Amino acid sequence: MSSKPYIREVPKTSWFFRQPRYMRYMAREVTSFFIGAFTLLLVVGLKRLAEGPEAFQSFLDALRGPLGVLFCVAALVAAIYHSTSWFNVTPQAMPIQRGEEFVPGKMIVGAHYAIWAVVSLIVLIMGI
Amino acid sequence: MSEERQIQLEVLRYNPETDLEPRYQTYTVPCVNEWVVLDALNYVKENLDPTLSFRWSCHMAVCGSCGYMINGEPKLGCKAFIHEYGDHIRVEPLAHFPIERDLVTVVEDFITKFASVKPYLIPKEEKPISAGEYKQTPAQLMKFKQYTLCINCMLCYAACPQYGLVPEFLGPAAISMAHRYNQDSRDGGRDQRQEVIASHEGVWECSFVGACSEVCPKHVDPAGALQQVKVASTIDWYQEHLMPWSKK
Amino acid sequence: MEIIQTDIAIVGAGGAGLRAAIALAEADPKLRIALISKVYPMRSHTCAAEGGAAGVIKSDDSLDLHFGDTVGGGDWLCDQDAVEYFINEAPKELIQLEHWGCPWSREPDGSVAVRPFGGMKIRRTWFAADKSGFHILHTLFQTSLQYPSIQRFDEYYATDLLVDDGRCQGLTALEIRSGQMRQFQAKAVIIAAGGAGKMFPFTTNGAIKTGDGMALAYRAGVPLKDMEFVQYHPTGLPNNGILLTEGCRGEGGILVNKDGRRYLQDYGMGPETPVGQPVLKTMELGPRDRLSQSFWHEQRKGNTVSTPWGDCVLLDMRHLGEKKINERLPLVRDLCISYLGMDPVKEPIPIRPVVHYCMGGIHTDIKAATPVSGLFAAGECACVSINGANRLGSNSLTELLVFGRRAALSAIEHLQSGLPDSNDAALAAQAKNSEDRIRALFDKSAGTETVAGLRKEMMATMEENAGIYRTGEELARACEKVAELRQRYVNLGLTDKSKVFNTDLMQALELGSMLDCAEAVAVGARDRKESRGAHQRLDFTERDDQNFLKHTLSYYHPKEPPRVEYLDVVITKSQPGVRDYSGAKK
Repeated sequence: MSSKPYIREVPKTSWFFRQPRYMRYMAREVTSFFIGAFTLLLVVGLKRLAEGPEAFQSFLDALRGPLGVLFCVAALVAAIYHSTSWFNVTPQAMPIQRGEEFVPGKMIVGAHYAIWAVVSLIVLIMGI
Repeated sequence: MSEERQIQLEVLRYNPETDLEPRYQTYTVPCVNEWVVLDALNYVKENLDPTLSFRWSCHMAVCGSCGYMINGEPKLGCKAFIHEYGDHIRVEPLAHFPIERDLVTVVEDFITKFASVKPYLIPKEEKPISAGEYKQTPAQLMKFKQYTLCINCMLCYAACPQYGLVPEFLGPAAISMAHRYNQDSRDGGRDQRQEVIASHEGVWECSFVGACSEVCPKHVDPAGALQQVKVASTIDWYQEHLMPWSKK
Repeated sequence: MEIIQTDIAIVGAGGAGLRAAIALAEADPKLRIALISKVYPMRSHTCAAEGGAAGVIKSDDSLDLHFGDTVGGGDWLCDQDAVEYFINEAPKELIQLEHWGCPWSREPDGSVAVRPFGGMKIRRTWFAADKSGFHILHTLFQTSLQYPSIQRFDEYYATDLLVDDGRCQGLTALEIRSGQMRQFQAKAVIIAAGGAGKMFPFTTNGAIKTGDGMALAYRAGVPLKDMEFVQYHPTGLPNNGILLTEGCRGEGGILVNKDGRRYLQDYGMGPETPVGQPVLKTMELGPRDRLSQSFWHEQRKGNTVSTPWGDCVLLDMRHLGEKKINERLPLVRDLCISYLGMDPVKEPIPIRPVVHYCMGGIHTDIKAATPVSGLFAAGECACVSINGANRLGSNSLTELLVFGRRAALSAIEHLQSGLPDSNDAALAAQAKNSEDRIRALFDKSAGTETVAGLRKEMMATMEENAGIYRTGEELARACEKVAELRQRYVNLGLTDKSKVFNTDLMQALELGSMLDCAEAVAVGARDRKESRGAHQRLDFTERDDQNFLKHTLSYYHPKEPPRVEYLDVVITKSQPGVRDYSGAKK
C-alpha cells in the first residue's frame, strides 16, 4: 500500500505556547499551585498555634514581612482568578432548564458571585 | 462586495509517495472578498494545481468535510471568510490527525471512538411501529437538542490539547454524543455507555480546557457536555460507594 | 485484484443506502452487507436537506390527500401504483425514524409536529427544525453502527457494475486512500448514490452530487428515466446557491418583487393571502416548478431586484419575528447572516431559483428493481417514479426511507430465489477490464483536455440551454455540445500521478458520470415536445397528454447519444387534470 500517513508530534512540554487559549488554560491551572501553597501555610499556622503563643507570634511576624505579604497578595490574586475562571464556566457544567428554556448563563454566574460575596461578608464580620 | 484582492495562500503539502515530510507551498490567488477559504482552494485546484488534495462537499457548513487549520485555528473551510483574514492565509490539515495527503487526514480513530460510545437510541421501553411515536415534549427535546447538532467535523479534536497529548482519549464529539442519548427521554442505555465514557480514557481525561466549545462551528458546547457527564459520574460514584442502598 | 466476498453490496451511504443497510441487517443478521461510499456516510448530501419529510399522521389528513398532492404536483407523470405504495409506507418509516431517536420537532403534548409545505392541501411535513435531512442522516448513520453485519467501505469510489449471465453480481471500486482497485463479489447490488445536480453551475447540491450511481447503472444497460425533469428550488441564496428551505414560506415568509408586489398572484396562484397567514396550495405555498417559472417571467418583465449576484426577488420573513425564526428556521438565519451578511429578522433576503433535484434517474419498478436482475436502486439516483414531472417538496426524504427499505427487501427476495453459481472467471475478467480502464485514464501522460475545462463547458451548456425554460433550438445545441464534450473526454490528461487520495482522478471519473447524465437530460428534453412540470418549452407551451403522458427511457451508447424509448405512465385512479394552485376556487 502506497499510503504512509505522516504523524505530527505534539511537543510534550511546550504545547501550551501554541495558542492563547492554551495559555489561558495553563494560567488557570497554575493558580492552583498558589491555592495549594496557601492551604499548606494555614496548616503550618495551625501547627505553630499548637506549639504555643510564641511560636504563633513568630509565624505571624514572618507573614507580616515583605515576603509574606507578597506571597499573600499573589495567593489572593491567584485565588480570585481561579474562582472567577470557574464561575464563568459553571453554566456549561451545570445548566438549569426551566420548561423549554435554559436559565441564562449570566444568572447562574451571577448567583455564584452573590454567594461568594455573602460568604466573604460573613467571614469578614466574624473576623472583626 | 465583489472587490478582488490577491492573497498568498500557503498550503501544507504532503505526498506520501514522494515526500518524507510535509512542506509548504504558496499560491497567489485572486479572491473575491465574499469568498471563503474553500473557494480559494478550489481556485487553486481548478486553475493552478490539480494535484492539490482536500475534502469538501456541501459548502454550507453542514456536511463536516472541510475542516482545516486556518492560520493555526481549526475551522471549516466553507465558513472561514477571506475578508476576515489578511493577505496571507496558511492552510494546514487538521491538527492531531495523521496526514494522508495534503489537507486530507486519516480519521479512522475518530470514527472508531465515536462508534464505541453506542451513539444510538437504546429504548427505555420497546414499542412497535403500530403503536405510534414515543411522546416527547418540547422541553424534553430541548434538554438534548443542542448535542444533536454535531456534524462530526472533528474541529474539536484538532483543538483539544488533551487529545493531542493522550491519543487514547475518547474526545469531545464522541462523549457529547453519548451525553445526547443519555439525556434523551426515550433512552435507557446510559449504564451501557457509562462503561466506556466514565473510564479513564473517557471523560476523566478531559481537563476542561474548553477549546472544543470555542471552535465548534455548530455551538454544540462539547466542553459543557463533558463536565455534565463528570458531575453525573461523580454522583454515581457516591451513590455506589456511600449509599449502596440507593441504586439497583 | 483483491476480491471482497459479500452478499449484498450497497453503493452510496446517504439516507437511502443507510436505510437499506439497516433493513438488511434487521431482516437477517447473517447477511454480509458491504456499504460502499465515496465519502464517509455523514458527509452524504442528505445532510443538506432542510425542510422535512412528508407522511400522513394527523387526523385531519388522509392518504388520499397525500396521493392527490403528489400526483398533481408531479403533473400526472407519476406512476400511481408507486405513489400509493409510497404514501402507505411513509408514516411507518417516519415513526420508525422516531423510534431510532430522530429529534423531530414536537407539539406541546409531545406528539410529532408537522408544518405546511408547498403544493400541499394539508400540513403534513415532519420536521426537525430546519435541519431535517441532517438529523435523518445522522440518526440513520448512528443507528447503523449497532449492526456488526454492516461492513462499511468508506471512501471507495464505485467504477463499474459486474453483470454476467444477465445478473448483476457485484462491482469494482477504487479505494481512494490507496488507489487500489477492489472487486466486490455480491449476489445483489443496491445503488443509492444520489443525484447529479452538479451538471449545473448554480445548484444547492454539494460537490459530491455528480451522478455516479446513475452513470453506473446506465453504462450497465439500465435505462435512465425522465432525466429531462430537473427541479429548480425557488429560494436559493444568489451568490452561492445555498438552499433556503421551503419551510421559510411554510412558516409564512412571502415573495415580493422590486415594487414590493407579491407577484405570485399574477401567475395563477392568487388571490393574495394575508401576510403571515399562509394558505395551503396558494401563493407562496404553490409548487416549486410554478414558483421558479414565475421568477423567470418577472425577470423578463424587469420586475426583479438587481444585485451584485444577478437578478433576484425578495424573500421577506421579517413579520415572523425573531423568536419564531430562531425556533423554526435557525439554520436559515445562520446561513443568511454568514454567507450573505443579511439577517432575515431585519431585512428581506434576495433569492433566485437554483437547481435542486433530479426527478429522473435509474429506471426501477415499484419494488425498486431495475430491469437488470439483481440490481436495485433507491433515492434521488432512482426514478420509481413517484415524483413525476415535479417533485412535491418534502417527499424526497421520505422516499429515501420507503424505497431504501423496499430495495433491501427486494434484494433479499432476489437472494432467496435460488441463484445459480457465479462464473468467477467471467467476473474477474470484467473486473480486470474495469481496472484497465481506470489505469488507462490514470496513466495517460499528455492530454489536451483538463477536468476543470471540460466541466466548465458542460455547466455553461446546461445552464444556457437546459434551464427553467427551454427551446428546441437551444436543446439541440445542448445535445450537440455534450456529445462533443463526451468525445473530447477521451483526450483528458491527468496532472496528478499519485495513487494516494488522487482527487484529480476522482474528479475525472465524476466528470465522466456527469457528462453521461447531462446527455440524457439534453436528449430527453429535446425530444419531449411539450411543457410539463419542471420541463417547460417555449416552443411547446402546453402539456400534451396525447403524445407525452409517457416516461422517457434513455439507453446508453458508449460513443453515440442515447437511444430514447417511451413507457406508459401507470394511472390507477387519478386522470390527468388541471393543476390548481389558486385559492380563489375554493
